[in-house]
Amino acid sequence: MIRSELIQRIADDNPHLYQRDVERIVNTIFEEIIEAMSRGDRVELRGFGAFSVKKRDARTGRNPRTGESVEVEEKHVPFFKTGKLLRDRLNGK
Amino acid sequence: MSNKTLTRMDLSEAVFREVGLSRNESAQLVESVLAHMSDALVKGQNVKISSFGTFSVRDKAARVGRNPKTGQEVPIHPRRVLTFRPSHLMKDRVAAGNKQ
Repeated sequence: MIRSELIQRIADDNPHLYQRDVERIVNTIFEEIIEAMSRGDRVELRGFGAFSVKKRDARTGRNPRTGESVEVEEKHVPFFKTGKLLRDRLNGK
Repeated sequence: MSNKTLTRMDLSEAVFREVGLSRNESAQLVESVLAHMSDALVKGQNVKISSFGTFSVRDKAARVGRNPKTGQEVPIHPRRVLTFRPSHLMKDRVAAGNKQ
């Protein structure tokens, strides 16, 4: 399922809404999650999962092609943990 | 870094501010988006949201695990797990926003 299919399904469920409003609604949800993580916040959606930010320490990496060492700075990466309900549903529980 | 935790309520508040719907309907729409994504994943479909990321369902084979406290072997049954791969855009924005 891709973004446009998700929008279409929500639109089909809500015939009283304009398609462009459904698009704005769906986009707002994803945008809000990215903005929260950009501030270092967590987004916890019970039953679905939680988005959080993990810190990766600075390290000395290596260019795999040349073998040359490179200093990799500390950075923050997005992380998602599946919620219990969804994990159980995936396994038919 | 502010280290707050957002919930469904904050997402529906954002929808409420963005589109002229009631708070109640905004909350229902947030719920509906999560439900459609979950249903697709439960059916084994991947959910690919451009410029956000991809949720994919993977099958894990059975293996013998070990209780780290007691050292006792326990069988781990085959199961399906969900993985999320953030888009480049998300990674870049999260990295940039948290840089000091």
